Amino acid sequence: MAIECLVLGAGQEVGKSCVVATIGGKRVMFDCGMHMGYHDRRHYPDFARALAAWGVPDFTSALACVVITHFHLDHIGALPYFTEVCGYHGPIYMTYPTKALAPFMLEDYRKVTMDQRGEAEQYSYEDILRCMKKVIPLDLKQTVQVDKDLVIRAYYAGHVLGAAMIYAKVGDAAMVYTGDYNMTPDRHLGAAQIDRLKLDLLITESTYAKTIRDSKHAREREFLKAVHKCVSGGGKVLIPTFALGRAQELCMLLDDYWERMNLKIPIYFSAGLTIQANMYYKMLIGWTSQKIKDSHAVHNPFDFKHVCHFERSFINNPGPCVLFATPGMISGGFSLEAFKKWAPSNKNLITLPGYCVAGTVGHKLMSGKPTRIDLDKDTHIDVRCQIHQLAFSPHTDSKGIMDLTEFLSPKHVILVHGEKPQMAFLKERIESELGIPCFYPANNESVSIPTTDNLKMSTTERFITSCAAEQGKQSLRKRNLIHGTGTSEVNGCDEAAVEGVILMEKHKAPKILCEDELAQVLGMERHLVQFEALGSSGIEEAVELEFKRAEAADLGSDGK
Amino acid sequence: MKLTCLSTTGGGGSYHSPASHLLELEGLRFLLDCPIDLTALADFSPVPLTGDAGGLIRAVPRYLSPAAAAAAKVGGIDAVLVSSATGVLGLPFLARLPGFAHTKIYVTEVAARTGKLMMGELVEMHREFVRYYGPDTGELPRWMEGEKLNELLSMLEKAVTVDKGDDLTSLMPLYSPGNIEECMQKIQPVKYGEEVCFNGIFTLKASSSGLELGNSVWTIKGPRASITYLPSSVFVSAHALDFDYSSLKENDVILFSDLSSLNDMDVDNDKLDEHAMDETEHSLCRRSVLRDDGADVDEKIAFLCNNDDIKEEIERISYICSCIIDAIKSGGSVLIPIGRLGVILLLLELISEMLHSSSIKVPIFMVSETAEEIIAFTNALPEWLCKSRQEKLFSGEALFDHVDLLKEGKLFLFPHLHSKDLIAAWKEPCIVLCPHWSLRLGPAVHLLRRWHADKRCLLVLEQGSDAELCLKPFMPLAIQVLECSFLSGLRTEKIDTLLGVLKPKFVMLPEGLKSRCSVKGRPWSFLYYSKGKTIELPNLQEDFEVHLGTDVAHRLQPRKLNETTAVARLRAKLHVSSGQYQLAAAEKQSDQSKRHLLHWDAVDPDRLLPALQEKGMVCSFAADDDSSGERSVLITSPGEALVKITSDRTVIYCDDERTSGHIFDALSRVCNGI
Ligand SMILES: [Zn+2]
Repeated sequence: MAIECLVLGAGQEVGKSCVVATIGGKRVMFDCGMHMGYHDRRHYPDFARALAAWGVPDFTSALACVVITHFHLDHIGALPYFTEVCGYHGPIYMTYPTKALAPFMLEDYRKVTMDQRGEAEQYSYEDILRCMKKVIPLDLKQTVQVDKDLVIRAYYAGHVLGAAMIYAKVGDAAMVYTGDYNMTPDRHLGAAQIDRLKLDLLITESTYAKTIRDSKHAREREFLKAVHKCVSGGGKVLIPTFALGRAQELCMLLDDYWERMNLKIPIYFSAGLTIQANMYYKMLIGWTSQKIKDSHAVHNPFDFKHVCHFERSFINNPGPCVLFATPGMISGGFSLEAFKKWAPSNKNLITLPGYCVAGTVGHKLMSGKPTRIDLDKDTHIDVRCQIHQLAFSPHTDSKGIMDLTEFLSPKHVILVHGEKPQMAFLKERIESELGIPCFYPANNESVSIPTTDNLKMSTTERFITSCAAEQGKQSLRKRNLIHGTGTSEVNGCDEAAVEGVILMEKHKAPKILCEDELAQVLGMERHLVQFEALGSSGIEEAVELEFKRAEAADLGSDGK
Repeated sequence: MKLTCLSTTGGGGSYHSPASHLLELEGLRFLLDCPIDLTALADFSPVPLTGDAGGLIRAVPRYLSPAAAAAAKVGGIDAVLVSSATGVLGLPFLARLPGFAHTKIYVTEVAARTGKLMMGELVEMHREFVRYYGPDTGELPRWMEGEKLNELLSMLEKAVTVDKGDDLTSLMPLYSPGNIEECMQKIQPVKYGEEVCFNGIFTLKASSSGLELGNSVWTIKGPRASITYLPSSVFVSAHALDFDYSSLKENDVILFSDLSSLNDMDVDNDKLDEHAMDETEHSLCRRSVLRDDGADVDEKIAFLCNNDDIKEEIERISYICSCIIDAIKSGGSVLIPIGRLGVILLLLELISEMLHSSSIKVPIFMVSETAEEIIAFTNALPEWLCKSRQEKLFSGEALFDHVDLLKEGKLFLFPHLHSKDLIAAWKEPCIVLCPHWSLRLGPAVHLLRRWHADKRCLLVLEQGSDAELCLKPFMPLAIQVLECSFLSGLRTEKIDTLLGVLKPKFVMLPEGLKSRCSVKGRPWSFLYYSKGKTIELPNLQEDFEVHLGTDVAHRLQPRKLNETTAVARLRAKLHVSSGQYQLAAAEKQSDQSKRHLLHWDAVDPDRLLPALQEKGMVCSFAADDDSSGERSVLITSPGEALVKITSDRTVIYCDDERTSGHIFDALSRVCNGI
């Protein structure tokens, strides 16, 4: 058997994550994202081309299921298009938080693109709702039988609320698709967590394939310092974020700091969106970090004390403030509007996320120190404000990727969601340091991974217990009761090998027996064979004698 | 496979005191649920003492030791599978037993959390007795000695359903917070549908049972059989995730442990207490019954999952609400010492709705140590709720109405009656939800003392415990008493249809249901269990399944013994993980100085010679001292070797491994062996 892996998006780039893996004949689509840097047909994965290659009439019969890892648009943005326009009607899985929060992200973005560019509508609000209705929610660690052969399971990925890594298995072939993940806990989320699974393939993100980050604390302090400096100088702070995820984390950070420093400067959210999102966060508190879970009976950390009511006109008000505005990479919407207003003043501060997709204003600001941004032919913005790039990202760094890969020790690795040169670097490391073959296909390329197969056989109780006795010199069953966590507990892997006999009879399934059981079944007899050194002990002379005699006999015969 | 039923149902009915079993599988001992039996509590007088307390024991209460404790003492317990929060409550009694030291407890996250809160609350409420009488020193209390005990015994036997087997002197003091902590450390919390591996060879999986938040049915997959542990279940629920029966399909054995219908029979026959008001009319006639044995699966499922049960439940709760409203209207307060989370949550929603529609403004108080935490966390566990409540998450509404009730100042939560702010907020008439249903512990005792003589007031009691005994210390009563029963499990009519959908091979059924489940023409067989007895089920399959890596398979060297039979020696390492036996390639064969040759034909030295020669060896018979029956073959080329053969043993003297290998090979060919 093999796993055939077709990368439809996020191959040697970041954006429109979408991988179709064919495991034992079952096609599973992992993520269905959009690329925010493009507004032509490169906006979505090339579904039609894939369909043509599969040679099936429609997507529903082509795919066993679609699994979405988290609510970021580069992972879910194409889903309404795929279901409502391309006509996929099969099962779609995502975690509870993703199902609850994704409509916000989709609708927010849909509005932004429509308002800004007047693009032809790809899908409507109703499409989003219809699409989300079809989604089957997943809980973490829950083993879901998609069909007779295909099993999937979600593991905690950190990154954003509800982000999951997905395990998929058909027969003996198994793989994990990580989506985006974070190996260190942040203010509101825990670190990624997965069992030690037996995998043929690991598909991992590699946003920071080459970067190793320092302590989170220092980075948070830097951010707070920059914000505090700006507002105490009477400046305005613009924090472009998406409604969910980073907004909540940074707000927790600021709310806490405001409390400690006794600051009275208003913190705003540009849309009711984020405020409503906070209510979802309260219901989904079970998906945050352990620390928050343990303490939330007393105080829900998503009840922000210093966040004030906001109206759009406030961006013209004088005086310092902090504003969270969507979208995150200043690709349009209210964050662009505020940017236009505030960028020309050197008192103000704009924070930028750790990563911005090419083509966005955020990306332009990140590359070098531009003093002017050309939005289009006629619109130019002078940039005199301070720029603070947030050095903390909800993605794992290169050490984290290596750690996860080593922990899982899959037979093969595929890198996606990264930039080509960095991916090449990481591939080298994985192959040389971990000895695991690694690939990083470009979009629309596919990689075939061989998988190991097992034969199923029956065996007798005697064989099993004798193995146990041989291996542990103790009954396997009572062996010290090594309790494992999760599904991957391995027990009794002492190095001692065991012996048995396989009996193969025509028209019967083969069966493994102990030696004496076979003797009994087939009516065979046992004959002891002993191996001794030729020159051993007392027989030496006798043997010597025999040889002499034989030689003599040979000579004799020669003589004749 | 052996099953010992440790207890059927204790005080409070099957919800508060589910059955408990010991299951022995592949040499391991699984304890299934360990509830606390609060039957004995009814014999103690609540504190502070007033009047003559109806002859009840005036001392710090003692509790019946769970039957599981005896089982743990005798053979130890390897793992505990818990199906509900109430199934955890007896475990701290076992905490210190040596046979429990390495035990692992499996229970859903939510049941573990609720269970922990309930245990903590029980200990806290019990402390009131200790404060009153002084600590139970662990010595035999005076009331348990001689004359006094005999006196009590006669009274208790009449009043309490203490089984003959239970020795009253086996009553023991309540566990400590330390014991609870020790227990919690052993718990491995799981989610619905999460497969956990136990001891390498067992896969355990909890799926929702529908009865209560976090309640579960368990699937135990061993190497040779799969078993469903099926406690009380509800197909369609108004709050908890529906019964996930489809995950139980085709398991070999079902341990049917939903004993709620046994109680039902009692309920039907029971006469209502003289103080009780008329109970809701039984709407039996409206219940649909599936009579056709030939119904197909879809029809069966439709029958199982119809809304009858939940509609009835809502009607019952609505009826309670209307009684509550009546009491309020007459100026009385209402005391609801009900211990069911689901019922409390539904009651809150329905009462507030009814209060609103009758434009009555009275405060609702929840007075309990755990109220704040329960109310907070029930609004933060969407994954555990029924589909209609999950939809609320997706449309951005609060999961339960109590969120708004709190905000609007209609619902108040207090840990104790003497909480500071309670006095300020307190207004009568009011509605109070508080523990404990036994009417021996908690705020309920004090409030009932306050209101027992007021005929405008209403006490809502759960059916299941002896109401007369419960109310004894509060006599004489003027307060109205409404006894209610709630949906507690499967209706008997549905059992047969459920089994038809699940298709087991064997069903272990409580003796009491023997007459109610048809055996005729069913593809499964019944085994009947009863308390204290052990039943045994022979292995469903003798053999185990192993997985053989293809690398191992490729190395096999089969030898054909005849036209239909071939055999091959196998050398591998056995790994056990995720409930699977895996044979993996072993490293190079170690040196062996002895091995057994299994042979069909005789080991004939006369045939060995030509066989060796065929392999290009130069050999001959050595002169034998024939007396011993030993023949010797001498090999001179390639390499030197001497082979001595008797009827049951061959010794190969050779320094060269290759040569000796060839000789062994020739020998095995001669005798058709391996
Ligand atoms: Zn992401």
